[in-house]
Amino acid sequence: MTACSMPNLTSLGTVESRSVLPKDWKADLSDLAGLDLTQPVLELIRRTTSRLPQDVIEAVVANRNLEAEGSRAANTLDTMLENITLADDHVSPLCQDTGTIIFWVRHPFGLSQRRAKEQIRKAVAEATAKSWLRPNCVESLSGRNPGNNMDPFLEGHPVIHFEEREEPGIEISIMLKGGGCENVGAQYRLPEASLGAGRDLGGVRKCILDAVTKAQGQGCSPGILGVAIGGDRVTGYERSKEVILRKLGTPNPDPKLDAFERRLTEEINTLGIGPMGYGGRTTVLGVLVSEMFRHPASFFVSVSYMCWSSRRMDLVLEPSGSVAYR
Amino acid sequence: MKRISTPISEDVIRGLKVGDEILLNGRVVLSRDIGHKFMVEKKPDWLKPLLHEAVIYHCGPVVAHHEDGHWSFVSAGPTTSIREEPYQADVLETYTVRGVIGKGGMGRKTSDALGKVGACYLHATGGAGALLAERVKRVVDVKMLEEFGSPEAFWIIEVEDFPLVVTMDSHGGSLHEDVAQSSLARAKELMASK
Repeated sequence: MTACSMPNLTSLGTVESRSVLPKDWKADLSDLAGLDLTQPVLELIRRTTSRLPQDVIEAVVANRNLEAEGSRAANTLDTMLENITLADDHVSPLCQDTGTIIFWVRHPFGLSQRRAKEQIRKAVAEATAKSWLRPNCVESLSGRNPGNNMDPFLEGHPVIHFEEREEPGIEISIMLKGGGCENVGAQYRLPEASLGAGRDLGGVRKCILDAVTKAQGQGCSPGILGVAIGGDRVTGYERSKEVILRKLGTPNPDPKLDAFERRLTEEINTLGIGPMGYGGRTTVLGVLVSEMFRHPASFFVSVSYMCWSSRRMDLVLEPSGSVAYR
Repeated sequence: MKRISTPISEDVIRGLKVGDEILLNGRVVLSRDIGHKFMVEKKPDWLKPLLHEAVIYHCGPVVAHHEDGHWSFVSAGPTTSIREEPYQADVLETYTVRGVIGKGGMGRKTSDALGKVGACYLHATGGAGALLAERVKRVVDVKMLEEFGSPEAFWIIEVEDFPLVVTMDSHGGSLHEDVAQSSLARAKELMASK
């Protein structure tokens, strides 16, 4: 079997040289009222659309090397790796569906969330005008597309979550989640008699197996499953997406859930769904689970499916003024 | 991997079966929701020579319009095909289309038409928009661009070694059904254990 190696991506220097952020740009966190996040967020979007996180690429390569040489599964994963290289090289969108745009902003006391929201929305509109993002936000009933990714009324899109915290720096995470994979997410209420799933980890396992079997290749497998145990219907789904921000290959802080994630990943990869549902070993790249508290009468299991093109990135503004993209 | 070029004869199609991987060369016409409705309701004659023994692609591309007037594709992966299920069989028969490229597979009505006409459903790799755009060698023409808008227009393109998997063939076979059944059986096995 010929092992495939990591794709040859452009150097970090090349990525930096294409930045829309001026070289000497510094974040002045001592003046949070005067801080303008528009340009750093625009650069965050630019990088996220065309380059996958290293851990995701490594997972695709590792799984490719576990598929039989010459099989449909191996060839399909090769196609995906070739796409990763080309999009990075051309700075073009990895996928024409640039997804629902979701942000998580973690900030210290003193940042105006209203102003930060305006700045983030401005960056998204500008990225859309530059064709880095496809206009993916339409009026529900009429289907009318304003063309700028903006929900003008309830400001529901782009989705922006804020959290004030003790640390002095600002962290902004972004996720671009395509429509195909969003459509195969699922929420269960335990006990679930049709699956024989009770209110315990064994019951959660059955829900996850059911969700991934129903999804088949439709969510562009191999996927990454984000799972929230508990919460209410809204917070459970929210957490099931946020958990996908965790890097693949990093351990779950809860040893019980860490073992559970590993077991589920192995079991799902015996289902035979394979890349794009063509059959084969690699059905998921990983399973990421988070436990929440819940109402005693409710036990929800929320599953979000992320496609193989898991576009996410963190922008970190340090008190020193430095800007990092991770 | 088999190389197949348009125009595709019925014999070539009958020789393909689910699971075959092919590299497509030649003419492909892009069409999705509005286009399929239009093809069924209006059945325009000018489409006939373009589609005869050629291939339809369910795709809304990101395109670039260059200063000299020519077009190129920037990102062009498949979109979910099942939305065209009400129209696809009629389109296949009216225009003698030999292949439908898309994502996710289609239903019984389309499967029956594939058998009747002699055509295959060809699955492209979802998310591989940059690579698939690279395999588009030339944008030959575009029809109904003003009327339908760019993502819905009939883009007529020439592809070279466009990588596809036959997931529904002209003999009633469906890889989607095969994988769904075997994976469901395995899931039941797993669920039976603690």
